[in-house]
Amino acid sequence: MCTSYRWTDWAGYYAVCSYNLPNDSEYYAIRHAAGLIDITPLFKYEVSGTDSAAFLSRIMARDIRKLDVGQAAYCCWCDDRGKIIDDGTVFRLDVNRFRVHSAEPVLAWFEQFKRGFTVTLEDITESIAAVAIQGPTSRDILKPLVDFELDSLAYYRLTAGKLAGMDALISRSGFTGDLGYEIWVENAVAPPLWDALMSAGKPYLLQPAGLDVLDIARIEAGLILNGVDFHNALYCLIESQKSTPFELGLGWTIDLDREAFSGQQALTDEQAGGSRNAWVGLALDWDEQEALYVKHGLPVQVSTAAWRGGVPVYEIKGSRQIGKATSGTWSPIVKKNLALASLEKAHAQPGTKVKIEYTVEYQRETVTAVVTPMPFYNPEHKKS
Amino acid sequence: MTQVSQSFHSHIPTQTFDAVIVGAGHNGLVCAAYLAKAGKKVLVLEQRHILGGAAASDEVFPGFTFSVYSYVVSLFRPHIIRELELTRHGYRVIPLECTFTPFPDGESLTRCGDPQATRREIARFSPKDAEMAPRFSIAMTKMAGFIKHLIDAPAPDPASFKIGEIIKLLGLGRRFKDLDADDRYLFTKLMTMSATEFLDLWFESDRLKGPMSVSGIIGTFLGVRSPGTAYVLLHHYMGEIDGAFRSWGLSKGGTGGVSLACARAARSFGAEILTEAPVEQISIKNGRATGVVVKGGHEIKSKTVISAADTHQTFFKMVGEPHLDSEFVRLLKRFKYRGSSAKVNLAVDRLPDFSCKPGEGPHLRGDITIAPGVDYLEKAYDDAKYGEFSKKPFLDIVIPSLTDPSVAPPGKHVISIFVQYAPYHLKEGAAQWPQKREALGDTVIDTLSEYCPNLKDSILHRQVVTPWDLEQDVGLTEGNIFQGELSLEQLGPFRPAAGWSRYRTPINDLWLCGSCVHPGGGIMGAPGELAAKALLKS
Repeated sequence: MCTSYRWTDWAGYYAVCSYNLPNDSEYYAIRHAAGLIDITPLFKYEVSGTDSAAFLSRIMARDIRKLDVGQAAYCCWCDDRGKIIDDGTVFRLDVNRFRVHSAEPVLAWFEQFKRGFTVTLEDITESIAAVAIQGPTSRDILKPLVDFELDSLAYYRLTAGKLAGMDALISRSGFTGDLGYEIWVENAVAPPLWDALMSAGKPYLLQPAGLDVLDIARIEAGLILNGVDFHNALYCLIESQKSTPFELGLGWTIDLDREAFSGQQALTDEQAGGSRNAWVGLALDWDEQEALYVKHGLPVQVSTAAWRGGVPVYEIKGSRQIGKATSGTWSPIVKKNLALASLEKAHAQPGTKVKIEYTVEYQRETVTAVVTPMPFYNPEHKKS
Repeated sequence: MTQVSQSFHSHIPTQTFDAVIVGAGHNGLVCAAYLAKAGKKVLVLEQRHILGGAAASDEVFPGFTFSVYSYVVSLFRPHIIRELELTRHGYRVIPLECTFTPFPDGESLTRCGDPQATRREIARFSPKDAEMAPRFSIAMTKMAGFIKHLIDAPAPDPASFKIGEIIKLLGLGRRFKDLDADDRYLFTKLMTMSATEFLDLWFESDRLKGPMSVSGIIGTFLGVRSPGTAYVLLHHYMGEIDGAFRSWGLSKGGTGGVSLACARAARSFGAEILTEAPVEQISIKNGRATGVVVKGGHEIKSKTVISAADTHQTFFKMVGEPHLDSEFVRLLKRFKYRGSSAKVNLAVDRLPDFSCKPGEGPHLRGDITIAPGVDYLEKAYDDAKYGEFSKKPFLDIVIPSLTDPSVAPPGKHVISIFVQYAPYHLKEGAAQWPQKREALGDTVIDTLSEYCPNLKDSILHRQVVTPWDLEQDVGLTEGNIFQGELSLEQLGPFRPAAGWSRYRTPINDLWLCGSCVHPGGGIMGAPGELAAKALLKS
């Protein structure tokens, strides 16, 4: 199936970068039909017990107690100094039962908060498989397969049910910024689940999609990635490698005014005093890019993959560095070169022009980029 | 190529030198290279027929080259490699791939360069420890980054009010201040705690703490629960290859390859190196060193004498107490040696097959530790406390022939086994070691055979090097591999004696450049380099 033979390490699993070469069809499947993405390597934990909501609220920047049963939430968690450790989703399966999904293992971090709470924390990473079915036809594909009314499953809601006769947990969530669902099952049923979805999806042009196009889609959706756009504070050697949720544009996920949670004091101080940096989207000026290629006698080129690794961002006038762009991509749907960046707050207003490093023919140049509200791509059908 | 060294018997020098260096260990040779590079007329005298001191390779059995004593390289200072152009002279270090710890119950732990594989491996015993391991590495990297500055410069003297010393101390203070508060506390803990207590701050699994704690005791007469061993843990965490901390490697051709590269560098700058030239006496006139007397009575004149031997050999054997102040003698006599380790080197006709992880694999190409738990290690120390070698010793094993084909015939292998504890001071007396040598060898083979049953049948040759042999063969007093224990009270300004950490000695024109001076032992080259630079500055 993976005819490109391109895999990458994802948390110790081999994960497909792209199934085909070129991978355009995988991208367009996500945006115009549906893509099926294996997201099993995510770390998954089950939290249960009478204090599980309070326990998770003690850890997370978001007040998990506010979640309804059947509701999902995107959240992040911080160290004592309000520096981000990881982000992920929390599902409320029942009054006293939650699932946490994260990019990195969290057991050691979470367990240190257990004292005083009646709670059980179980690592279910290796027993639960998961796929994301993402794209405008995903609902039509799933509808005949499930034994419940899928239309009533709202954005960031979840339900347990049968899918092609298999027990599954289905959440309306994803990492593409499109209409989509994530399906969580016991490991043993993962292969028949995949087959059932592929078979039912055929008339709706469902395709397996790899991580390369997921990376493009998540940047278009303005979603950040641990290890790329930010780093776990626990693994940082120096302060400047750390960031706070406010600096990553995650202020909306923070519930400050409540019982104590990890990083609360520092985040309260930061909110009062203001953050140094802000998270922005950048759209690069096409004409300037083209001119750089023309200068070398080359036709303008766009990359077919997202980039990561970081480039400096400068003031529009002068050469002072004001931040860094951590990842970016050519957006096939917005038709712009996009980047996610951390900039000094003074330069973070939408419409502000900055300069971003851009290399053509081994020569480092800069092009103008405009601070642009995110998500860059936000289709109506995402929440409809 | 010019011959690197000649026998003293075939070439007795008659001229006066700027510097005579006693001992062609790697530090003596590094010192010689720096001095010769600066234009000095340098002579190195080595008592043995081969170069390298304790960093020597020897074809002990035909076709099998052993790193007879020291066996891994990592602390060797990168700037010395650059400044002496050692790669041009054959410096080759091959990184070890992983650390493999077999357990008696059939389990094993393999920690390697793949973070996810290592996480999963540790998680089999403790998922929490698996997550803590990278955090521990980060903390140790910070600590190592701080302490690295201390290694690459002479130790600041806290008792001195000289402006230069105060500036050095202030610099140290500033770097300390640059650590964040948590790291400052951590550093204080590191300086005072035992290796196991320190590891307890992060980890819960004995299976991980066992093999991790041994870095705190290598070469010392201390147990993993002895206060002060946490710092030694750091000393071994500073291992650096190509700028990456915590990486150890094997020198191509054995550790003698490092010494030989230093010797070639020294030679290229014009230093002379003579073997089979044991220095019996350092000539002293009016409190000033004027040369050395080689066994047989030949005197060689020199403006400066630099000893790469330890302080016991240098001052009590070659200088003599009558030339020394009583206070200095008192300090030196209290300097602890008490060697605690031995080596068993094997030539084998096949690879060891571990029952917990049968067959070949990357686990054999790294460091193999028999350190299955903290209690095991502490019990091994218990035996040593009362003058016996450990019935179940800690073993640190490498198989250099898996990555370096030059040290064994094709298809055959050499196995280097570092053994601790083998205390120099046996309860029957150190002189009893020759009678105990093979019994120690048997204990080591029996211990390892519990994990690889095919070992005994595979052995073609065996060499056992006891602390007594280390003293007799290469002049390491009491068999201490670091020329004096690397314990906190014997480091920095206290190495080898308070007030005498700057490579000078109370005898004018007599200097020290071995591991007995700051920053200490390990194949590091720093004492030799810093001594040469201090001398050139004087």
